[in-house]
Amino acid sequence: MIIPRLARWLDDRLGASRVARSTLNKVFPDHWSFMLGEIALYAFVILLLTGVYLTFFFVPGSKEVVYDGSYAPLHGATMSQAYESTLRISFDVRAGLVMRQIHHWAALVFVAAIIAHMSRVFFTGAFRRPREINWMVGITLLLLAVANGFTGYSLPDDQLSGTGLRIAYSVVLSIPLVGEWMAFLIFGGAFPGNDAITRFFVIHILIVPAAIAILLTVHLALLVRQKHTQWRTARAREDNVVGAKLWPTFMAKTVGLFFLVFAVVAALGGLVQINPVWIWGPFQPAAVSAASQPDWYVGWLEGALRLMPPWEIRAFGFEIPNPFYGGVLMPGITFGILYAWPFLEARFTHDHAEHHILDRPRDRPVRTAIGTGILTFYLLLFIAGGNDVLAAQFHVSVNAITYVLRVLLFVGPVSTGYVTYKLAQELRARDRARETTRSTRPPPPTAVLRRTPTGGYVEG
Amino acid sequence: MRDKDRDELTKAEWRATNRVATGFAATTLAAIGLAIVYWQGGQTQLEGVLLALALGGLGYGFVVVAKRLLPQGPYEEERDPLPASDETVAGIEQDIERGEGWLDRRGFLLKLLALAGGALGLAALFPIRSLGPSPGNQLKRTRWRKDSLVVDAQGNPIATDALEVGGTLTVFPEGALEAEDSQTVLIRVPEDEFRPREGRADWAPMGYVAYSKVCVHAGCPVGLYQQDIKRLLCPCHQSTFDALDGARPVFGPATRSLPQLPLYVDDGGFLRSQSDYTEPVGPGFWDRDR
Repeated sequence: MIIPRLARWLDDRLGASRVARSTLNKVFPDHWSFMLGEIALYAFVILLLTGVYLTFFFVPGSKEVVYDGSYAPLHGATMSQAYESTLRISFDVRAGLVMRQIHHWAALVFVAAIIAHMSRVFFTGAFRRPREINWMVGITLLLLAVANGFTGYSLPDDQLSGTGLRIAYSVVLSIPLVGEWMAFLIFGGAFPGNDAITRFFVIHILIVPAAIAILLTVHLALLVRQKHTQWRTARAREDNVVGAKLWPTFMAKTVGLFFLVFAVVAALGGLVQINPVWIWGPFQPAAVSAASQPDWYVGWLEGALRLMPPWEIRAFGFEIPNPFYGGVLMPGITFGILYAWPFLEARFTHDHAEHHILDRPRDRPVRTAIGTGILTFYLLLFIAGGNDVLAAQFHVSVNAITYVLRVLLFVGPVSTGYVTYKLAQELRARDRARETTRSTRPPPPTAVLRRTPTGGYVEG
Repeated sequence: MRDKDRDELTKAEWRATNRVATGFAATTLAAIGLAIVYWQGGQTQLEGVLLALALGGLGYGFVVVAKRLLPQGPYEEERDPLPASDETVAGIEQDIERGEGWLDRRGFLLKLLALAGGALGLAALFPIRSLGPSPGNQLKRTRWRKDSLVVDAQGNPIATDALEVGGTLTVFPEGALEAEDSQTVLIRVPEDEFRPREGRADWAPMGYVAYSKVCVHAGCPVGLYQQDIKRLLCPCHQSTFDALDGARPVFGPATRSLPQLPLYVDDGGFLRSQSDYTEPVGPGFWDRDR
């Protein structure tokens, strides 16, 4: 047999058998909510595969060319090399469009899976000691995923991505003291600048993916070292792990999940059109249309810019302009709180103990309430990012929607938080009541057997 | 299943094996289909569907194997305590302190090392400066000058009869059609309703008023003119400006009026600018007012 001989050969050289054995026998707890992070991981793998393919055709240049490809409506139009090569991928590279659309869909799924995974970790308290470091690694991964999504979205140099870049430039410009320099250094001059696309390309295909790959490795290494958390069951305790072994059961399951995620994203990429840049047209700084929406994971930032009242700070001829508050300060606070959460919670609950058994959300009404409140806040911001779409869809004035959302942004989280708190308390109380009745209830009646004179037994 | 005969399989195992086989067979067929579609010139929707079928078949097969044919456990593993013993920690401390003596005796070396590291770090930052030009006063000036001819996006000059009252047009200074910061929206407003700002009485000849098209909020083009209410709307974040009142912001996040370009009619009857904008155009920045 070839496999034992190969294993022997490797072991002679690496002495890897012991590590391999303990790895193969590693136990993974089994629950559907533990798959969310895996979905994110596999979306990243799909992004790498399709992304590498796209780099073979994409030209990250701003030089103007005249289009003569096979999409007739744009014949003779002047456009950047970036936009032209995106059209080429979409119309003239066989299997190019399906790759492009799978890539884009995988990016949407990637961030969605990360946020779902993060919510799972949050609501079950899986971030508590000893996993604070891995929580922070995870938050950084979310940050990087959003950053890479935005830089990728900016590359085709179409009308929509150009508008997104324009706004991003203005947000950078709004940073106090250093904003002007930062904007000029990032874009290579005043907007539009000639270097933005080339630079965003390098960031998108090299710098951020490499950082994601490294941090993913750290994320998984810490998971292996600390072992996975688990739900409380009859067998699961703080000092053990109960579940399936890595080899072969978990391996088969997770490989299956990879193919299923890929299958869903491939179906989306083939059947559901996404970002048809040929309809948006090449970027022209003087043109824009209503309903300019970014990808969903940037919607909350867009919404924050839209909802912000016309306020800013001015003093001594200096100013902190309006986009700073929604575009820099708010996300800064968001991620600050996310990074600090495990420590904040430990501080307020005085719970510094190690935890490997997960909380059920109802067991921690305050945390669960804060979590839903925060999610409501960002959901409302996301909705605000599409206020013009809502206005057009429901024939309401966009101003009215904006006023309502400004109020809801503060009322909404408080109400959902309050309702969640009450619900969690109610559920917890019901559970406790059930436990008490179970322990005080009289034992179930047992049958009385009577012996008959003939030696048989009858009931009753 | 290698060791068991067909007869020895339980009914459930037999059923599961069939399901796995179906999945893998579907993959094979879909993969062949994929190759044929590609060979025939490709078709996006078919490619997506066939790829999904091929991958889905594999995924389905593996999941059935995992759930039905492989040992389910549950298995139990001890969770060994993470912190090391006090002795190990003490040992590490000892290891780290090994050879620290040279620092104690030559403390100035440590300071010099810190200085050297700092200097090198600082020097390494300098090349970042190459990434872009100095902002200088680039954000405070546009391509409009005294007597610039007002032209449309094709470069045609604007005669005084170019627009009806209520009409609007995007204009540029002659020779700078691509200049993002110089894009200007020209509106012909009813002269009797127009309320010029103080000192701007002669900036809008015959009701031709020109405002910077770069939104003062986040820089999108303020492209939509609502003629019935004489308002300019930025489609990005809905900042709304009153065209009759010096483009004063009336809704949305914008905090300032759109800068107004002073115009006049030259001897040939064409619109020209009296000067550049008298304040910076576009979104705010730290020292905008200085």
